Amino acid sequence: MTRLFAAVMLALVSTLPARAEIEIQEVVSPGGITAWLVEEPSIPFMALELRFRGGASLDAPGKRGAINLMTGLLEEGAGDLDSRAFAREIESLAASFSYDASDDSVSVSARFLSENRPEAVALLRASIIEPSFEQVALDRVREQVLSGLRSDAKDPDEIARAAFDAMAYGDHPYATPYEGTIESVTALTRDDMLAAHRAVFAKDRLYVGAVGDITPEELGPLLDALLGALPEEGAPQPGPANITIEGGTTVIPFDTPQSVAIFGQPGIAQEDPDFFAARVLNQVLGAGGFESRLMTEVREKRGLTYGVYSFLVPNDHAATYQGQVASANDRIAEAVSVIRGEWARAAAEGVTQAELDAAKTYVTGAYPLRFDGNGPIARIMVGMQMLGLPIDYIATRNEKVEAVTLQDVRRVAGELLDPEGLHFVVVGQPVGLESTVAN
Amino acid sequence: MNRFRAALFGLAASFVAFPLFAATKDGVTAFVLDNGMEVVVVEDNRAPVVQHMVWYKAGSADEPKGSSGVAHFLEHLLFKATDTLADGELSATVAANGGRDNAFTSYDYTAYFQRVAADRLELMMRMEADRMRNIRLTEQNIATERNVILEERNQRTDSNPAALFSEQMRATQYLNHRYAVPIIGWRHEMETLDMADAIGFYDTYYYPNNAILIVSGDVDPDEVKALAEKYYGVIPANPDLPERLRTEEPPQTAERRLIFRDARVAQPYVSRSYLAPERDSGDQEMAAALTLLADVLGGGTTSYLTEKLQFDTQKAVYSASFYRGISLDDATFNVVVVPTPGVSLQEVEDAMDATISQFLEDGVDEEQLERIKYQLRASETYARDNVDRIANRYGRALTSGLTVGDVQAWPDILQAVTADDIMAAARMVLNRDASVTGWLMRNEEVTQ
Repeated sequence: MTRLFAAVMLALVSTLPARAEIEIQEVVSPGGITAWLVEEPSIPFMALELRFRGGASLDAPGKRGAINLMTGLLEEGAGDLDSRAFAREIESLAASFSYDASDDSVSVSARFLSENRPEAVALLRASIIEPSFEQVALDRVREQVLSGLRSDAKDPDEIARAAFDAMAYGDHPYATPYEGTIESVTALTRDDMLAAHRAVFAKDRLYVGAVGDITPEELGPLLDALLGALPEEGAPQPGPANITIEGGTTVIPFDTPQSVAIFGQPGIAQEDPDFFAARVLNQVLGAGGFESRLMTEVREKRGLTYGVYSFLVPNDHAATYQGQVASANDRIAEAVSVIRGEWARAAAEGVTQAELDAAKTYVTGAYPLRFDGNGPIARIMVGMQMLGLPIDYIATRNEKVEAVTLQDVRRVAGELLDPEGLHFVVVGQPVGLESTVAN
Repeated sequence: MNRFRAALFGLAASFVAFPLFAATKDGVTAFVLDNGMEVVVVEDNRAPVVQHMVWYKAGSADEPKGSSGVAHFLEHLLFKATDTLADGELSATVAANGGRDNAFTSYDYTAYFQRVAADRLELMMRMEADRMRNIRLTEQNIATERNVILEERNQRTDSNPAALFSEQMRATQYLNHRYAVPIIGWRHEMETLDMADAIGFYDTYYYPNNAILIVSGDVDPDEVKALAEKYYGVIPANPDLPERLRTEEPPQTAERRLIFRDARVAQPYVSRSYLAPERDSGDQEMAAALTLLADVLGGGTTSYLTEKLQFDTQKAVYSASFYRGISLDDATFNVVVVPTPGVSLQEVEDAMDATISQFLEDGVDEEQLERIKYQLRASETYARDNVDRIANRYGRALTSGLTVGDVQAWPDILQAVTADDIMAAARMVLNRDASVTGWLMRNEEVTQ
C-alpha cells in the first residue's frame, strides 16, 4: 500500500511518462522484403499490417474511385475461389483480413491464428496477388459503393468535407472524394480494376509491420511467400498539391436543424522541425478532450456545441490544419465567431506555460497508451516506416516533445495560425452567416 | 429478465455471503467490498497501462417518467465541480497525466472511465470516488450543459434520418417498457430538465452498492483491492436503493408497421424488429441460440439472407440480422434489408419474408455452424489482445442482471448450441404477427 502510494506521488511530481517497452526488430526476407517485427508469443496469433504508398491518389485521369472499388473487390474472390468460397475459407480459418483505400495508401490489415498460419497466408496472398475481379462481383460491390455515394450526397458532414476539399486542394486528387462520383464509378470496367491493381501493388511502395506469435526466422519466408510475386514498380506518385485555401466562409444550404462546419488553413508537414511545437500548440487549441481552448470556450462556457476539434492533417502531398464543429442553425454563427477569436488569440499570444506543461505531459503520457495490442502496434510501425523514422524512434520521441519551449510554441503559433486565412465551409441553414466567395 | 425473477434474484443476492475472491479465471478476479460495491479486475501485464471504470446500475430505463434524458444529462454533469475538484478539473488532471477519460450512458447503465499509465491508478480512484457522492452543481452548469445535450441530440439524432427512424422503431416496439424512450431523451423533456431532476437521480442511484468497479490492464488484484477499500470502501451504501422493477412488455398480439419519411434520406431501407428474450442469469441458453441465429441468418457474406438476397436474387445491396442479448429486460432481434436500385421497399420486404420462411424450412447448414463456432472460439484468443474490451463485457453484463459466472460460462454455452436449438429459437422469435416493420424513405416516394 505504502509502496504504491509513494510510487504514485513520485510519478506525479516527476511527471515522467510510462515507457512503452516495444522491442522492434528489422527483418529482411531472403527475397529482400523488409518488415518491422515485434515478437509477442503470449497469445497464439499474429497481426500483419501491409501498406502501399499512393493509395487512391494513384487513380488514373477520369477513373476516380477505381482504386477504392478495386480495394473493395480484393475480398470478393481470388484464384479459383469465388466471393462466397473465399468468405467461407476465411471463416474456416477464423482469420480476419481487411482492405482499405485512403488518400495516401492502400492498407491490408490481417490477423490469423498460429495453428493455421500457412493456410491463412496462402489465402491472403491470393487476394493480394491474384484477385479475380469477376464481373458479377464488380457489379455487386459497385452498387454498394454507389449506395454509399448517394448517402454521402445527403449527409451534411460529407457535403462539407467534399466542399472543403474541392476548395482546398486545387486540381490535385485530394480535391475530390477518393470513392469517386456516381458517374465515374458507374463507368468503371474490369480493365480499370486490373489497371488500378497494377498501379497500387508493387514492392517499391510496400511497408510491413508484424506483431505476435512469430519469430524473425519464420517471418522472412512468410513475407516471400506472401509478397514475393509482387512487381517491382507501380504507378508514379501524384506529387505535391497546391493548397488553394483562401480566408472566408462558404455556406451550402441544407435543410437540417443543426449546421455543421469544417474549417481549415494551410498546415505543417510531419517532417518539419517545428512539427512537435505545432502538435503541442494544437493540443492546447483544439485537440484535447474537454480541456482544449476550443472545447472550453465553445462547449463548456457557452453550450454552443456537443463537440469542437482541430487537427493537423499532414498528408503525403499536402499539409493542412483543420477543424470541425456542429451547432444549431441559430447558434453556429456564434460558434464560428468564437473559434475565429481563439485562432487569433493563439496566433497573437501563443500559449501559457501552464498550458504548455499540461499539453506536454498529455502528449508524452498518452504515447505509450497507443501500443495496446498487436494490431495497433503493427499499424504504428508501418506509419513510422512511411515517415522514414528510425527504428529506435519510440524511445526518443517523447524527448522531442519535451524539448519544445514556450518560445517555440509562440513562434510557431505566430507563423502557422492564420486567422485571416481560415476558411469555414458551413452546411445547414445558418442564421447570420453568408458565403464570402462564390461556391 | 422477468420481473418476478428479478425480485427473487435481488433478494437472494443480499443473503449470499460473497467469498473474498469469488472468481479467478483467465486473469479475472472478482470480489465485493463491505459496502456492497462489486469489483472486477482483469489483468494484462504486457503494457504499463490501466483502464479504470465505474459502472452504475442506472440507465435511461431507470429514469422517472417525464424526465427522459436525465441519466445522460447527469453523466455530463459529473464532469463539473465537487467539494475538492473544480469544474473540468477531473478531465484536465487525467489529460495532464497523459490519460483519456469519458463516460457513456445506455438503457441499463451509466459508466465512467479513464485510461492512463498504470502508476496513476490511485489518483483516478480518488477522483472517481469523490464524484460518486460529492458533486456540487450550479444553476449555470445546468443551463449550459442542457444546451450541450440538446446539441448532442441535434448532432446524433435530429441531423440523421436513420437515427430518427430507429427512435420511432423502438418507440413502436416497446408498448409498456421504458426501452421505448431514447437514451438521450425526447427533446421536449430534455428542455425541462433541471437541478432537481439531476440531483434526484444522483441521490437515488450513485452509491457504492449500486456500482461496479472494473479495473483492467497492468495491475495486481491485491493492490486494486487495497486502493478500492481506501477510496470506495469508505462511502456509505444507500440502504433505500430502489429495486429495478420496470413495467414489462405485454405479449405482442398485433403486427405493427410504420413509415418514416424524410427528404434527407438517400438510401431507403426496411427494418424489422422482433421482441426477443435477453440473457438471464443462470439461463442463457435461449439467448445463446439467438446469438448464433443472428450469425447464421444475417451475420456476414456467407449468411443465409446475404446468400439469397444479395447473391441469388440480388434484390438487396445489404442485408443483416442483429441480436444483442445483454439487457436487463426484453431485447430485440433485428433484420435490415437495403434494396437494390429499382427494387421497391415492398418488393424487398416481401423477399426478406420469403427468405425467412424458406430458412425456417431449410434449417441450419451444419458446416456454416461449425465455422461460426470455430470463429467464436478464436475470438476468445483474439480478445486476450484487448483487455479493455473484456472489461467492458463485464461492465455491460453485471449492470444487466448477469454475474461474473454467467460471463465466464457464456463461451461454453455458445459452443453447446445445436442446429435444433437455433431453429427452435428462430421459430419462437421470427413471428411476423409479433413484429414491427419500418420503412425509411424519401418524402416524395409513393407507397404501393
